[in-house]
Amino acid sequence: MQTTVSLWPLIGVAVIIAGFLLRFNPMLVVAAAAVVTSYAAHFPPEKILAAIGTGFVKTRNLPLILLLPLAVIGLLERHGLREHAQAWISKIQSATVGRLLIVYLLLRELTAAVGLTGLGGHPQMVRPLLAPMAEGAAVTRYGKISDALRYKLRAYAAATDNVGLFFGEDIFVAFGAIVLMTTFLHEAGIDVAPLRVAAFGIPTAICAFLIHGFRLYRLDKNLDREFGYNAGKPAIGTTPPQSTDAVSDDSRGDQA
Amino acid sequence: MILSITYLYWLVGIILLITSGMILSDKTHTRRFSSGGFWLVYAVIFLIGDKLPPALVGALVIVMALIAGFGGVLSGKTQTLTEEARRASAKRLGNKLFIPALTIPAVTVIGTLLAKQLVFGGTPLLDPKNITLVSFGVGCIVAVLLACLLTRDTVGQSMKEARRLTEALGWAVVLPQMLGMLGLVFSDAGVGKAVAHLVTTTINMDTRLVAVVVYCVGMALFTVIMGNGFAAFPVMAGGVGVPILVGVHHANPAAMVAIGMFSGYCGTLLTPMAANFNIVPAALLELPDKNAVIKVQVPTALSILAANIALLYFMM
Repeated sequence: MQTTVSLWPLIGVAVIIAGFLLRFNPMLVVAAAAVVTSYAAHFPPEKILAAIGTGFVKTRNLPLILLLPLAVIGLLERHGLREHAQAWISKIQSATVGRLLIVYLLLRELTAAVGLTGLGGHPQMVRPLLAPMAEGAAVTRYGKISDALRYKLRAYAAATDNVGLFFGEDIFVAFGAIVLMTTFLHEAGIDVAPLRVAAFGIPTAICAFLIHGFRLYRLDKNLDREFGYNAGKPAIGTTPPQSTDAVSDDSRGDQA
Repeated sequence: MILSITYLYWLVGIILLITSGMILSDKTHTRRFSSGGFWLVYAVIFLIGDKLPPALVGALVIVMALIAGFGGVLSGKTQTLTEEARRASAKRLGNKLFIPALTIPAVTVIGTLLAKQLVFGGTPLLDPKNITLVSFGVGCIVAVLLACLLTRDTVGQSMKEARRLTEALGWAVVLPQMLGMLGLVFSDAGVGKAVAHLVTTTINMDTRLVAVVVYCVGMALFTVIMGNGFAAFPVMAGGVGVPILVGVHHANPAAMVAIGMFSGYCGTLLTPMAANFNIVPAALLELPDKNAVIKVQVPTALSILAANIALLYFMM
């Protein structure tokens, strides 16, 4: 055992795990973990605060992507963007939740793979467009759906955006991760062309599409079974509502 | 004139300042001083955070965490149009409503692609280090103006909407940045070294398969803890990847790093620490269960991780 490595900073990891398991407020948990970790590393109090402050200022770029689109998304929602997204998808007869999300997964992964990561995202694409479309497709096919199912479909929409982005962007040669990896190898004395690193990402990217796509296909099948839906026949006991009725089911999403 | 990311920080700071002003002057708000104060402090950090002494910013961050931790950040009552009005408006505007929403990605992509051409007098128009973010910011500004034109509404109303959504998201807005900060503190304090030390001294990795599993699962687990594959990568690739996979088992370095990073991304899908991908969307989509997105991702993440182990084992 080398004695040069101190294991004390790991106590911060313990604070994080305990805090999340005990369901304390995450803001408090993270702040506590930062203080405990720097204390365990023998930082004096002034330096603890300075480490937190410097880290927080350095990461100001992270919330930009969330905060900047809120004004325009909110304004469009006020004028019925989500209602229109639902009505729009209900006009496409062959649209199902699974098919919609598979198409989105493919587009998200392919565009991310050529560096166009800005084409998706939760505030500007999933909340105003993709999630309402997924709900609209389900309402058109199955009639009235429960709140629990609505929440599940929204979670699937968010998850699909994540999977498409993560496993697409890493095969784009100019992406930061590739730069990080080749720089790291270079410092370890190994020189590898970025293109080779990107190429070795392709099999995983294909697996990710097949695995998540299969789960979305299964989602459709399970929903069909749950609602007793057969192709060509409307769901048992319900008639597909007009698109305007379908829209009215989602009033609760916009409460103040 | 170069459009640097600093202007976007100022813009966000001004929007947050307006939000906090609206809350502080809202007499119907049950927690107007603590909520308004929370967003005011956040606005100050965006506007002048880099000019203040770091220890003072650190103290402000602790204050924000305490306000949020003890339930001080609550949503006020905001006016929205009735559902009938929204539906009527959706009918009237139709597909035009999509235009401003799609303007954001369109401008982002155009900016990213044209950045190299947009040079005036030797100075690039868009901050070369942050091309995507700056293009995204420009896209959002253009989209607000377009939306105001199409809906005949005002920029003032768009600020009210920004306040409504910011309050609906609450402290979840700040969480990704808190976690980013924690990642930096962790690496300052040597958490990565301690983890690599634990892994390499407790597990015997003479067998090829064991080494591959330790490396891939280790990347995923460490990413679960740090919330970020980039933070986990140097630790696992430095601790296991280069010395053991490449050094002992003669793995292909390109395969080792590429599949290692993807194993980390499987961890990202599993952790509340990756707040901007998992917790913020749950808040944005108004899901009652904050872990709903993670729960949907678990089967996908574990299957891809298993695929990664197999791919690395057979390709290296």
